[in-house]
Amino acid sequence: MPLNSLARRARVGVPAAIAATVVALSGCGGDGGPTSDIEDQAALTMEDAWVKAAESGMMTAAFGILVNPGENHVRVVSARTPVSPTVELHEVAVVDGAAVMRRKDGGFTVPAGGEHALEPGADHLMIMEVSDPLEPGEDVDLVLVLDDGSTVEVTAQVKDFAGADEDYVPGEHATGHDDE
Amino acid sequence: MCRASTRRATMTSDLTRGRALSRRGLLGAGAAALAGAAASTAGHALVTGSNDDPAEQTQVIPFHGPHQAGVETPGQTFAVFAAFDLRDGMDRPALARWMRLWTDDAERLTQGRPALADPDPELAAAPSRLTVTVGVGPGFLHAAGREPAAPEWLRPLPPFSVDALVPRWSGGDVLLQVCADDPSTVSHAVRMLTKDALAFAKPRWTQRGFRHPPDPASPTRTPRNLMGQLDGTSNPAPGSAEFARIVWIDDGPRWLRGGTSLVLRRIRIEAEAWDVVDRRGKEEAIGRRLADGAPLTGAHEHDEPDLDAANESGLTVIPPWSHIRRARAADPRQRIVRRSYNYDDGPGEESASDIGLLFASYQADVDTQFVPIQRRLDELDLLNDYTTPVGSAVFAILPGVRPGEWWGATLLS
Repeated sequence: MPLNSLARRARVGVPAAIAATVVALSGCGGDGGPTSDIEDQAALTMEDAWVKAAESGMMTAAFGILVNPGENHVRVVSARTPVSPTVELHEVAVVDGAAVMRRKDGGFTVPAGGEHALEPGADHLMIMEVSDPLEPGEDVDLVLVLDDGSTVEVTAQVKDFAGADEDYVPGEHATGHDDE
Repeated sequence: MCRASTRRATMTSDLTRGRALSRRGLLGAGAAALAGAAASTAGHALVTGSNDDPAEQTQVIPFHGPHQAGVETPGQTFAVFAAFDLRDGMDRPALARWMRLWTDDAERLTQGRPALADPDPELAAAPSRLTVTVGVGPGFLHAAGREPAAPEWLRPLPPFSVDALVPRWSGGDVLLQVCADDPSTVSHAVRMLTKDALAFAKPRWTQRGFRHPPDPASPTRTPRNLMGQLDGTSNPAPGSAEFARIVWIDDGPRWLRGGTSLVLRRIRIEAEAWDVVDRRGKEEAIGRRLADGAPLTGAHEHDEPDLDAANESGLTVIPPWSHIRRARAADPRQRIVRRSYNYDDGPGEESASDIGLLFASYQADVDTQFVPIQRRLDELDLLNDYTTPVGSAVFAILPGVRPGEWWGATLLS
């Protein structure tokens, strides 16, 4: 990305199984015509992406709007980033009267032709342990992995934000089972 | 509850995203070149609001272009000028991160979209001709290690005998100018931008101003200041070649081409003294009639003052000490564009008034265009008896940006 570029839209990635770099632009067919399923799923984007600033060793979160212009629903099942060894998909639930964050079973489903917002107090990407500090104004690369194995590359801007500090409850899922 | 706000934010972004496509198509590169010009009524786009916002509240001033908006833009009703001082240890990469944040915030907010991490997206939905304009002081170039690139004039003004300047209202490393017709819009934008600035700088001073709401029938009418005078009659029209010649920098260091300079002086009105001057005295102090701004020798506001016209006694009708005579220059280089705002921080403890003018003057070169005028006024201007400059600051207003670019990139890359 050029130094002076502010572009922070999602960049569509490639199915993990295909080594060649075929770039499928949102809504358009790529070379060689991938199947319509992959084409639809590869059209998922994440807009207005941002990450809460954090010091090294801390956990932080990424937010934005998942946009699915395709004809099938899409599910984000995992995510990764170079700034942390692990990323989890989290929801916020009320447990014993308090808002807590926990892993979200089943990931984030984005309906066909719809959106799913990742925002403080709701579903979000949890960046579990930031190796270096994330300073406001920096860019963070994220990769979303979809249920068909395809990926979506996202660049998020680091922002100072006072909120998004719900208690994290490790090991608890929506089903109530603890982690192994 | 979370769902509702998600939906609301989605609706807003849906609307603005959808509109943004058609707005971009509508305005295109040509209109973007008018930039902060939006001077003519054709310059702003009407966006249908997301709830009950009246049409005026959703008016949008284009953000991108060769010049920043907020200079050639017809004056909005409310303005905040906020200066910041850099924290210790700021270097070029940190300043770049700050400017990337601010450009992104301003790009969104001026187009009626919430900023990233905006805790109050609803307050972004009615931009009301919001403009966000950024300038830098000498300290910014020093921290960036780019002092050799600073223009000569980027330093405090020379002292004038009329000055009673206090640090509280003077100086600053970075200037944020936010204007809109809705004060809530201004408030939200200033708060959002300040929150993003705090990692890099401390607020130094904030000066809040106002003027008449816009009159759609007369978008560039001259505003009235709190001395009761029409203020800015001799300004060139926004969008005119003369305006561009006077204001926009087109030579010198590349980082400043397309920018301008801002001289911001806080001028206190000595209201108790002015209140007791009779009408004729007031009009002779300025050289214009209060009612319609016409020069004392003319019939209409924009008539050329006749500085030689004399009365029966042989005295000039426009007295030697009157403001417009003193401000006038034979040298065509001595021209500025004023885009001032009234302030009112009163009543005071023992006085009925604490009023004045946020005198904002834009010109390509402070030294050749502004200083000579100010020197002449300093030497003689009856208005000096009724006004006191209490603050003064000079900033380099950065050039405009194109989509994908960020403020100060040329300076900070």
